[in-house]
Amino acid sequence: MSKTRSSGQWRGWLYVAPALLFVAVFVVIPFGQLIVMSMTDRSLLGGGKFIGLMNYIRIWNDSGFWRALLFTVKYTIVLTPILMILGFALALLTADNTPLKRLTRTVVFLPVVIGLSSSSLLWFWLFDEQVGLLNKLLVDLRVIAQPIVWFASADLAFWAVVISITWKVVGFGMVLFIAAIQSIDREILEAAVIDGAGYWRRAFLIVVPLSRRIILLATLVSAIGSMLAFDQFYIMTSGGPRGQTFTAVYWIYQNSFVSFRLGYGAALSIVLTLIILAFSTLQIGLTARNEAT
Amino acid sequence: MTTAVLAPEAAAVAARRRAMAPGTYGIVAISIAVIAIMAAPIVLSALASIKTAADASAIPPHYLPRTLSLENYAKVVGFQAGLATYVGNSALVAAMTIAACLALAAPAGYGLARFAMRGKEIAFLILLAPIMIPYQAILTPLYLDFARVGLVNTHIGLAIVHTLLQLPFSIFLMRASFETIPREIEEAAVIDGCSTWQRLTRVFLPLAVPGLVTVALFAFINSWNEFLAALIFMNRNTSFTVPILLVSVRAGKFGAVDWGALQASVIISIIPSLAVYLALQRYYISGLLSGAVK
Repeated sequence: MSKTRSSGQWRGWLYVAPALLFVAVFVVIPFGQLIVMSMTDRSLLGGGKFIGLMNYIRIWNDSGFWRALLFTVKYTIVLTPILMILGFALALLTADNTPLKRLTRTVVFLPVVIGLSSSSLLWFWLFDEQVGLLNKLLVDLRVIAQPIVWFASADLAFWAVVISITWKVVGFGMVLFIAAIQSIDREILEAAVIDGAGYWRRAFLIVVPLSRRIILLATLVSAIGSMLAFDQFYIMTSGGPRGQTFTAVYWIYQNSFVSFRLGYGAALSIVLTLIILAFSTLQIGLTARNEAT
Repeated sequence: MTTAVLAPEAAAVAARRRAMAPGTYGIVAISIAVIAIMAAPIVLSALASIKTAADASAIPPHYLPRTLSLENYAKVVGFQAGLATYVGNSALVAAMTIAACLALAAPAGYGLARFAMRGKEIAFLILLAPIMIPYQAILTPLYLDFARVGLVNTHIGLAIVHTLLQLPFSIFLMRASFETIPREIEEAAVIDGCSTWQRLTRVFLPLAVPGLVTVALFAFINSWNEFLAALIFMNRNTSFTVPILLVSVRAGKFGAVDWGALQASVIISIIPSLAVYLALQRYYISGLLSGAVK
């Protein structure tokens, strides 16, 4: 026993080394390059002159960036509660292991594993004002008089993306919450039934408090995903109309890979990294605390 | 007498049944409605993909195909460099991503789980870097580095990006798998004179197969679906992966969207991930839980 543990402090490092080297070469060093690049005026044509914090000052005055960031925050603030509440409701609906509930669970989860590009194109088609079946369904059900042109208005385009993403990822929260519900001691719930606590009282006064750590983690994972949103907007709205649906990552993409303002794009990337870092530190902290117990 | 004895027990059974489940008929109705809403987009897309091209672009649209046709699929198969090229690109990148994730994460998980390491926290911190630094932020320096060494538009280049996306999750999963293996088994191998490497390959890996399957499964699905890096790094028509193919099918030839071909390509793109998920559902869910919760 003592032999396995004391066979050299370095031996463990030997096994971890390839992964460390990989992360160092493809993440840590590029991040260093990103920091350096963010202080230059580098473009596709060259440049690369050191300009100090000029790019960061430019960000401060870049109304396009602030609009994109605010839009991303709005998207996150609207979408995250929808995903958590619906996910929790679906978990309550399907937590028991009957065949129908298992089937419901599987079907709700299916969209989670398909690609965001596939689901975005699928919904781009459903929302289309000419051939889209969602518009047709709403007209047939007399909800609307004629097809809606979803992507001509920033508000409607926003909701179209929110609807499609809710369909796509609601199963993720559901699966986590099912695990939380199933890990609750049955005796607590049974005792509550015997004490006459109704279904909703049990759900809100027992299940929610006992699942709060998982709820917080799922919220963080969802929020980080939304703050980094790109694919769905690139495919469904192309940032339009009139650039009103650019997200933070989309704005970086536009600067770096469409306008080739590489130095400026790098500075934007640093700002985004700092924002995400606040979320992921919290996430890692929660995860570590779970491991300690 | 008997009822009196049974009654409390029956109440307990009923209580257990109802512990977290409300009334039945309403639940069945809601479940069926949920299934219908969630399945409808995929079912409708599949139905649209087997319409004739003209029917798929009809205004107003029909829910069901008038006549069945594989015209749209034929169009996708022959699209630009050919479907086989694009599926091949995606499959090759995914295979390389799986191989790299397993080759890096299994030893790293073993090292972290089974050895006392001085400065383990530093190793953790570095291995968490891909979570703390979103890959969306470092695509520009990566692109410039890759361009310098000729990795742009190569399968290896994209597989490297997909591997770094997947690596923290893979390592933590492997570490968790190795931690659950009892000490006694390892000690027996030590007594038999196995080196640490032999212990990994002969004792630990065979016992950690479920973990390895889960790592490979996530690597496949996430690589197959990844969009942004593929969009940037695979910019030559012959090197597109399937998600990029979808976008170029929509862009079409003359600006008008070929809706039938688009739905056929959407269906083609989702079949592999759905099939793999349905076949290995148990692994996927357990991986998701240990990845997000633990």
